[in-house]
Order: sequence, then C-alpha cells, then structure tokens
Amino acid sequence: MADAATMSTPIAVTADTDRYWPLRRMAEALAAPLLALAASAVLFSLLLLGLGQSPLEFLELVWRGAFGSWFSLQNTLQRAAPLLLTALCVALPGQLGLVVIGGEAAVVLGGLAATVVALPFVNTSPAIVLPVMALAGMAMGGLWIGITGALRARLGVNETIASLVMAYIGLALFNHLVEGVFRDPASLNKPSTFGIGEDNMLGTVPGLDVHPGTPVGILACILCWVLIYRTSLGFAGRVTGGNPRAAQLQGLPVGRLMILACVLGGACAGLAGTIEVAAQHGRANASLAAGYGYTGILIAFLARFNPLAIMPMAVLLGGLGAAGGLLQRRMGLPDATMQVLQGLIFVSILASETFYGRIAWFQPRGAGK
Amino acid sequence: MTRLSGLTRRTVLSGLGAGAATAALPIQPAEAKDLTVGFIYVGPKDDYGYNQAHAEAAAILKKTAGVKIVEEEKVAETDDVSKTMESMIKLDGASLLFPTSFGYFDPYMLKMAAKYKDAQFRHCGGLWTKDKHPMNTGSYFGYIGMGQYLNGIAAAHATKTKKLGFIAAKPIPQVLINVNSFALGARSVDPSIATTVIFTGEWSMPVKEAEASNSLADKGVDVITCHVDGPKVIMETAERRGIFACGYHANQAKLAPKGYLTGAEWNWIAVYNKFIAEAKAGKPIENFVRGGLSDGFIKMSPYGPGLNAAGRKNVDTVKAEIMKGGFSVFKGPLKDNKGNMVVPAGKAFVETAVELESQNYLVEGVLGAIS
Repeated sequence: MADAATMSTPIAVTADTDRYWPLRRMAEALAAPLLALAASAVLFSLLLLGLGQSPLEFLELVWRGAFGSWFSLQNTLQRAAPLLLTALCVALPGQLGLVVIGGEAAVVLGGLAATVVALPFVNTSPAIVLPVMALAGMAMGGLWIGITGALRARLGVNETIASLVMAYIGLALFNHLVEGVFRDPASLNKPSTFGIGEDNMLGTVPGLDVHPGTPVGILACILCWVLIYRTSLGFAGRVTGGNPRAAQLQGLPVGRLMILACVLGGACAGLAGTIEVAAQHGRANASLAAGYGYTGILIAFLARFNPLAIMPMAVLLGGLGAAGGLLQRRMGLPDATMQVLQGLIFVSILASETFYGRIAWFQPRGAGK
Repeated sequence: MTRLSGLTRRTVLSGLGAGAATAALPIQPAEAKDLTVGFIYVGPKDDYGYNQAHAEAAAILKKTAGVKIVEEEKVAETDDVSKTMESMIKLDGASLLFPTSFGYFDPYMLKMAAKYKDAQFRHCGGLWTKDKHPMNTGSYFGYIGMGQYLNGIAAAHATKTKKLGFIAAKPIPQVLINVNSFALGARSVDPSIATTVIFTGEWSMPVKEAEASNSLADKGVDVITCHVDGPKVIMETAERRGIFACGYHANQAKLAPKGYLTGAEWNWIAVYNKFIAEAKAGKPIENFVRGGLSDGFIKMSPYGPGLNAAGRKNVDTVKAEIMKGGFSVFKGPLKDNKGNMVVPAGKAFVETAVELESQNYLVEGVLGAIS
C-alpha cells in the first residue's frame, strides 16, 4: 500500500520533462509524515489540556528525556537498536505487498538459537562465539518468518494471519524450550538457558554508552535500502509489490521473491534477538520477549516500508520510550499516556497516506498537461 | 510554563557539558536534604497485584517528611530498567532505589550498582549473596506461603463441591510453594478436597487467566485463587461466575465483594520504612532482609461475607499458631501427586528452609502437572 503512489508514476516521461520532480517528490514524502506528526501533537495536546496538564511541559520533558542531554540521547539510540532491525522484518516483506506481523517470535527464537548454538564454543574466543551466534540467530529468524513466506507463496495462506499465529506458536515454543530442555537448572525462579559468559559479550561502542546494536541496525537499514532501490532484485520485489500478477506475467519468480523477502526480514529480527543476548542479557530468557517485534510493525508503517525512513522513526519511538519514564516521574502520567501518543501518531500517519498526490505543487509538471 | 522558551541550543549544550543533573534542577528543585527514593515496577501500579502491593507502600511513603518518591511503571526486564535506574539517579538525584521485579537483579541492577557506587540498591527477590554481590546492593523478600496456607483453610470452609482451583503463572519454586501450601491448607480441614492447578505460562496474560477461571468454574470448582502478577481478571471472573475467591498480592475485595473470602497480601511498607529509617539516620542499610507472616512482611485481607464463622475461627486459630513462629506447612510424611515421598516422616521444613527453595513437585491432592 505504501508504494502505490511511487509505483504508479510514469518514470520515463517525467525524467525528460520535469527535472525537479524527484526533489519535490522527496519533499512530499517528508511533508506528509511531518504534518501527521504535527497533527498528532495537536490532538495529544488537547487530550493533555483535558487532563489539566500542560502540553508545553510535556514537550519539554520529552525533549529532555529523549534528546536533551548526552545521557538521554544515548538512551534513545540504544532503545532504537532492536527496533531498527524488527522494523526491517516488516518493511522487507512490506515492499512486496506482504503484511508480516510476527517478528516478535523471530526475535526470541533467534536469540535462543544464537545462545544455544554458541554454548559449545563459550570457552574458545569471542571472535568465534559472536559470528556463530549471529549466523545461528539470523538463520533461525529467517527460517521462522520464511515459513510464513512459504505458506503464502506456495499455499496462498494469508501471511498476516499466518505470521501472527506463528508468533504465538514461536513464543510458546520459546517458553517451552527455555523452561525445559535448555534450562540452566540453577535458574530457579527465572528460567533461563546457560549463559554465554561475560567474556564473550559485546561491549559498548568505544566512547559511547551504546551497544553495537545501533550501528549494526543502521548498517542493516542502509544495506536493505540499497537492496530494494538500487538492485534488480529489489526492483523485481517492488514490481511484485505493485502488482503480483503483472510481475508473474513478466516472468518474475514471485513466489521465490516473497519467500526471500520474508527470510531476509526474519534474519534481521533474529539478529535483533542475537544482539539483545550478546550485548545485554548474556543468556536467553523471558526478557527477550520485550515487544520489540510489535513496535517494529509500527515503525515500518510510519516509515512506509522505506529502510532509510526507518532510522528516524526508530529514533522517534526509541526517544518516546526513553522519555516515558521521566514523564511518569515528573508529571505523574501513567505509562499508558505514551501508548495513547503512539496510537495517535500511528493513526495520523496512516491518514496522511491520503495526502499523497493531492497537492499539485508536488506533482510532475509538463507531461500530460 | 516558560521554560520551553529557555530551551535553546545553548542550554542544551550546557546540559551536555555540565551533566544532566544540573539541567534537571530548574524543573523541580529537590531540597538538598531530602532523600530521593526510586521505585520501579514491571507492570501497572494499579494492577490489584504484585505491583500495586509495592505502589501502595510507595504511596504511604510519599506522605513521609523528608522523603521524595519517584516511580516508574511498566519497565521491562531488559536494559530499559538499567536506563530507568540511571535516569532516576542522574535526573532525579535518587540515592536509594527499589527495583521490585525479580528479573531486574542480574545483570541490570548489578551493572548499575557497579557504575553508581554512591547509590543504594535494594531488590525484591532474595537473590543477594554476601561476598558475591556488591555491598551497595541487597535483597528483601517475604515468605507468603503461609498466607496461601490460610487461604486454603478458608477455601475449605467455603467449598461445597470439594473442588478448588489455582491459576499459576509458571511452574517455578516460588509459585509451587504457594500452590502446595494452598492445597495443604485445604486438606488440613478436609483431606478429600482436590485442588486443580492451571499454569498460564506468563506472569501477566489476562486472556488466558480469564479462560482458566471460566474453565475451572465449568468443571465445578467453587473457590479460586492464583499466583499471577495481576489477579484482577481472575477475581472479577470468579465473582461473575458466582464462585468464591481468595486474594493474592494485594487486597482484591473490591473486585469480588460477594465472593472474596480472604487473601494473602504483602505488607511491604514495614520493610520500606525500615530501609528508609536507616538511610535517613545515615546508618548502613541492611543488605538482606526477609520474613513471613510472623515478621510482619505479609498480612491477610479482612474476611469477606462468604466465609462462615467456623471458617473464620479456624483461620484465626492457625494464624495465631503461625504468629508464634516455627510453624511448618511442609511436614512429613508428605507425598507428591505421583505417589513419591517428598518429605519423609519426622521431617518438617519451616518457611525459611533452603530445601523449599528448589521445590519441584505438586503435593498429593493437587490435580495438574509441572511439565
């Protein structure tokens, strides 16, 4: 759905006649979400006024808690790390017109696979353990979401429902394995796997209090953008997203493309789980199911499945998360306040889809006039 | 609010340079001698359960002079909690922190304790070990099994079908002790009573908890209790189905005005008052505290209308016995529900016994399985 506007544009015609249109198209793509953010801010301010709270104080605290100091900024960036990758799990299949919402299971199972596969190597060296973890985590995540892709491509099963149901199965499987065969018997009241050992864990990025998940996530977003917008494979995927039947008529391997997009997306989510284990928890347990997979859905839709736009959106949501605590402490607002704000942003951005193509200034000129 | 206009590039930069603590000052100047205490909860403060039990104590502390309370709810057991602790220390000037969820301890709280050596951390969960963990950390925990034992006695007096139900989160020792204590309490009144246990697998999953309550009621269970983070939906479902309920964590009488018999509640204010008194007096804050009903760490909800005079008398008598100290719920001969002897004859475990901390069985009279 997000690509309907760009896909339908006659690229060949405009390139000759309206050289500035690509710039204005970019401006349109920036203006729409910014307007939506402004609209949600206004709506939310009305809500705060209704509660007898000051919207200005709210905004200042969000600024202070999310970006206003070095500590806050690093807090925001670190919270954005897993979100960058889980948003890709939605955005990559999204480019092919698939709505996959089961990334949460790929995160937890990816983290579990990474931990379990690394356990035999914990006494070797981080140079062996960490790559093994990354491969195992990505393979597991890719496999899990890939199943959804295969069900869709081969059997025509609705991928949204399938991925959601698979997420329930995945979380149940995760709990079963962590509380059963892979449980460290010493973890009595918080069932966990054995640990990968302090020595094998990822440190922080030098000079920062942010773990390497943030740069890895940014790199993944850039790579995915290149894949989608600068390779023929990505082009084939976008054609599929525009019209799968037309793509099939062109001889594109639509089914295989769908599975590939799901596998790649799942691998990103699996990597998110791996990094959570390697940088924070040191072992797999219920802490992995922190809802990153679900926040990723929100971010991917806000970014209209564009991997580059995922970066600011993940930072925005990470920032709201970072500021949430300060808002609770200073204004006495319940945690649900932030969920209301997120909901308003989500609805505004979705509504802003109708903005595209409505304002003449942003549209191509010359041809067809 | 005029502060927003003052939020220029310059103030932001000075905030970067001078550290966040100074930047936070203009908003709410905390009196220098005030003790700032941070509470961190894993779920909502008004969950009628685990988190509310702590938040109720925090609400009482807010009225204490010279103490400033900052609270944050719904903080995940991930690095989020490290950031929350750090933010409370840096932006609010907190010097004593109570991260109340079990999973906050390792590695998050330990990491923050190593980073902020001047701050004191006391964690709810009994994980602190001397010589292994830093001295600015510690644990406090309550033994609530006796409360579930008394719940079981009350349930036995209210049931007509002789079928009780227990909705539990995970089959871990802390939960199993409660399930078994409840069943043993009921069987101390009438050995023919059976307790069906359902594990939901999650600390907070209201949909499954409601399903479990309904399926227990369908099976003829007429008294329900639980060990999940927020018992709200279980109590409400029981009331709607016209059956009795015993509370857990906090007082849920409001949710089930007709069916609420009594409940096992935490009494955290006793513990927090002690810690804060020590902190204010400048004395070292104790590292490890734990206790049960007889130590004032837990309490029972006032009786509801569903509990008859005989039941009240029975609970009162046993409670008086427990208050004397040294009472054992787990005493031999005791078999598990597969027929294995788990506590041999002549042996008895008081609530602090280390043997109970790795409990991995359901006692005779409990219908259900751990795995």
